[in-house]
This record gives sequence, C-alpha cells and structure tokens, in this order.
Amino acid sequence: MKNYNLNQQYVRDFAVENAIEAHHVNVSYGEHQSIFDVSLSFPRFKVTAMIGASGSGKSTFLRSINRMNDNVATVDGDIMYRDVNINDDKINVYELRKHIGMVFQRPNPFAKSIRENITFALKKHGIKDKKELDQRVETSLKEAALWDEVKDKLDESALSLSGGQAQRLCIARAIAMKPDVLLLDEPASALDPISTSKIEDTLNRLKEKYTIIIVTHNMQQASRMSDYTAFFHQGHLIEFNKTSHIFTRPKMQATEDYISGNFG
Amino acid sequence: MNPKVVNKIATGVIYGLVILVVAILAALIGYILVTGVPHISWHFLTSPAQSFLAGGGIRDQLFNSIYLLVLTLIISFPIALGAGIYLAEYAPKNWFTEIIKTTIEVLSSLPSVVVGLFCYLLFVVQMRMGFSILSGAIALTFFNLPLLTRNIETSLESVSSLQREAGLSLGLSQWKTITGIILPAAVPGIITGIILSAGRVFGEAAALIYTAGQSAPFVDYTNWNIFSDTSFLNPLRPAETLAVHIWKVNSEGITPDANAISSGSSAVLIIVILLFNIFAHWIGNRLYKKMTSSK
Ligand SMILES: Nc1ncnc2c1ncn2[C@@H]1O[C@H](COP(=O)(O)OP(=O)(O)OP(=O)(O)O)[C@@H](O)[C@H]1O
Ligand SMILES: [Mg+2]
Repeated sequence: MKNYNLNQQYVRDFAVENAIEAHHVNVSYGEHQSIFDVSLSFPRFKVTAMIGASGSGKSTFLRSINRMNDNVATVDGDIMYRDVNINDDKINVYELRKHIGMVFQRPNPFAKSIRENITFALKKHGIKDKKELDQRVETSLKEAALWDEVKDKLDESALSLSGGQAQRLCIARAIAMKPDVLLLDEPASALDPISTSKIEDTLNRLKEKYTIIIVTHNMQQASRMSDYTAFFHQGHLIEFNKTSHIFTRPKMQATEDYISGNFG
Repeated sequence: MNPKVVNKIATGVIYGLVILVVAILAALIGYILVTGVPHISWHFLTSPAQSFLAGGGIRDQLFNSIYLLVLTLIISFPIALGAGIYLAEYAPKNWFTEIIKTTIEVLSSLPSVVVGLFCYLLFVVQMRMGFSILSGAIALTFFNLPLLTRNIETSLESVSSLQREAGLSLGLSQWKTITGIILPAAVPGIITGIILSAGRVFGEAAALIYTAGQSAPFVDYTNWNIFSDTSFLNPLRPAETLAVHIWKVNSEGITPDANAISSGSSAVLIIVILLFNIFAHWIGNRLYKKMTSSK
C-alpha cells in the first residue's frame, strides 16, 4: 500500500446549519486506536457519504454518533447535536437513539410480524394508542417504499421477506421513531442491484426530512446520492467536500487514488 | 482415491452409524413396549400399588412422577432462566465467569447417589423436610439447573447479535431487548432443554430414594388443600415415583406379579416421556408462533 501523509487533510467548512458536529474525536478498541482526531460536521437535511477502504474506521466513527460504541470502544472528543455534547456520560443514550436512528449492513428484522417490527420499540417508548401505532406503521412503510408490497400481510413474520424488503423494513422501523438523523452503514451492500436501486430511491426521498449519513463502498452510489463526501484513510479524515468536488477535483492524492481505483 | 469414491464410502459409513443408533433405540423401546404394553390396563393405571397381593397398579407413582416434574420445573426454571440470561448477556468475559461456568458443569456431572445423600442429610434430616416430594424436587433441581442454565445460555447466544444491535439502536434498554426480542427468538431451543431435563426427572431413581422416599402413602385426589396430609397436592408427603417403583419392584418386590408390574411400569414411563415430548413441542411451537407471529 502506498504511504500517504496522514496529517495532511483538506476539510472544507461550509456555512450551513449542521445536524452533527464532531470535534477532535478519537476512538480506541482497547489498545488499538481506530479513529484519530477527526473533526467533521454533517450539514442538516443533506446526505453525507463516508467512503474509504476497508478498515479505515467508517463504521467505528458512524457508531460513535449514536453511542453504539458504548461498552465496545472508548470514544474521546465532543460530538455536538442540538448544542449538547452527546458523547457525555450523562446523556440518556436511549433517548438519544430515538433522535439518531441507525440501519445496519445486514438486514436485521426481528423475529416478529412486519407490523410488530415497527410497533415494538414504539410501544416500549410509551406509545399505546392503536390508531397512532397503525398510522406510524403505514407512514413509515410508505416512506420506505415497502407499503404496497406488504400491506396485505402486515401480521405475517418479517422473516419471510426478501433481503431487499427486509432492509426497507429496517429503514421503516428506524424512521417510525421519527428521528432527526439517520445513520446507514452500507445499507445496500448485501443486496442485489434491483433491491439496491430501490433502497437508493427510498433514501433519495427521505433526504428532504432527515439528515442522512451513509457509509458506502460503492463510488457510484456515493456520487449519485450524496451532497457531501468524507474520505477516511487508516482512521484519519483525509478530505471532506461537496460530493461533486470530491469526485471531479479531489484535493488530496489519497482521495484521488482511492476514487480512481489506484489505491494500494 | 477418487473423491467421488471417498465421498460414497464416507456417506455409507455415516448412514451405517445412523442406522445402528436408530436400530438400538428402536430395539430397546420396542422390547420395553412389547413386554410392557400387554400389562397396561385401565385398572393398572388407576389403582394403588399392592405390597403382597397381585393386581396392584401404579396410579400414585404415575401421578407422583408428573407432580415431581412440575415442582422441579417450578423451582429450577426461574433460577436457570436468570442464570442463563446473566451468563449469555451480562457476564463479562473473564476468569470469574469461566469459573462460574466450570462450576455449573461440575454440578451436572456429580453422581446422582451423592447428590441424593447430600440432599437427604441437608433437607430431609437437618431441615426436617422428611421424605417428601419437595425434598425430591430440590435434589432434582441440582441436576436440572446446570442442564437448563447451559441450555438457556446457548439458546440465547445462538440468537444473532444483529438482533441485539437492532434493539439497542431503537433506543431500547439491554433488558428490554433481551426480554422482548432475544428471549422469544430463543424459545424453541429452550423448549428442547426442558424436554431433555424432563426426561432426566422422569428417569431418575437413585437421587430420589433418599429424598422423595420409597413409599406411596394413601392420597385423596379430591382433596385440593395442599396443606392437608392426605391431599395429592401436598408437597411435603413422601412420594415414590414410577422410576423408583420399578427399581423397588425389581429388587425387592414380593408380589406374585412383580415381573408384570415392572414391565408395565417401564412401558408406561416410556409412553409418558414420549407424550411429554410431543406436548412440550406443541406448546413450544404455539408459544413461538404467538411471540414471533411466524407461520
Ligand atoms: N469490535 C471491534 N473490536 C476491535 N477492533 C475493531 C472492532 N471493530 C473494528 N475494529 C477495528 O477498527 C478498525 C476500523 O474498523 P471499521 O469497522 O470501523 O472499518 P470500516 O471502515 O467500517 O471497514 P469496512 O469497510 O470493512 O466496514 C479496524 O482496524 C478494525 O480491525
Ligand atoms: Mg464497516
């Protein structure tokens, strides 16, 4: 692998409203440090893509944003969301995760009915009204472009869905919580091209209402879908810019090599 | 050798072994059923045992076996569930947890006579519980706990960690994720564990001789007051189980039909275990479907 100067970076600052602002974040798994001093802001109601080679720390950084690294890794630094540092010990993580939802690489529907996949967490968060629950099921499934395919079998097991459908159900499950921010860790990488394009369509429609942060290995996907792109290398943030700039005029050699496939 | 031939030989050997196991099992069960079933009659199932005369039945022993199973499960299941959840979901991965796990394993391999005598001294004598179903249930809990705990632990662990992440990412606490998502998905495995431990309870004799006792005093099946001495539900009465009865009839039975009674009892025991298997699977399936709405 080529050696790049990891301390050089090009991170553009945009005068926009940010949903999340990370300041000097370091993440370690025990002795092994995986994220080095990353400062990065995610503009509100925009799609930001995180790209980078395998092991560059994209998932690690993403999971720090909704505290999924608690008990797994040590996260230092400030991560500001609505003027509070959510990396503080005193933060109620259960409340936080209602605002910052997450969709994982492998579809992980619960072994429950399609309806209950969506209502289970809502009920546990105190929503008991049947009408409200039904409403949330319908709206979230429609937003996730799954409604037409499942509206006649809401009470059947979610495990009978195809991979692509299951992933859209997981998206519906996340947005039924009415989050502000949606974190997606390679949401389409385990799916076939048709399911992938359905997921992309879904996300494209969602970006009007949510701030979306998506990790992807797929360059076309990143350039098609995102407004901003962050490139990670070996735990360092190397470049952050508008997606159009990153893919046409990258400033850093590492970024250029990575997107043109000349990497390592 | 050519891979196809090797494959054929390997498959052949495996099939052979499977057939051998099935054949042994079928022969055993077949023998017990063939020699025992002719002695089973309504009278046999519904009359009390006789000490000296022919024509005794196994009514009380049969009931005692089932009641003992129920009591044992009532005592051991909640403990095993708690311990299993702790070990699978909360216990840190360190030497202390390893010691706990090893201890549990050792507990399950203790000889039943030793556990029986220990429970005799501690519960029957020291704590004055006397020969009783309760003493027997506690003794059996010693065997049951490791089995059930291990089983619940592995059933929980076999549920994908993706499900845990999904629960947490929706703002659920670890406890709600475990009880609401992980546990329902683990139900089929847990049912299997209950069935296995039930087989052990039905079949155990050595540990019960000193704890539940070898006598089946008169009980009244219409007396629902569990504190009454003659009530069939009284957990403090001595209670010979079917397995103990078989052992006793075989070793010191002096009734003229001792042989027939022992064969008949063995057949009943096997049938009860089979029925319990079917019943538990049925309950488990319904429970699983209800909790996961799978069809
Ligand atoms: N649970 C963990 N325990 C220890 N180390 C981990 C753990 N998860 C990730 N790491 C390490 O942290 C580094 C970054 O991993 P991470 O999963 O964040 O990379 P990634 O960019 O998401 O890669 P990929 O594209 O393959 O998903 C790697 O060196 C990895 O070995
Ligand atoms: Mg990753």
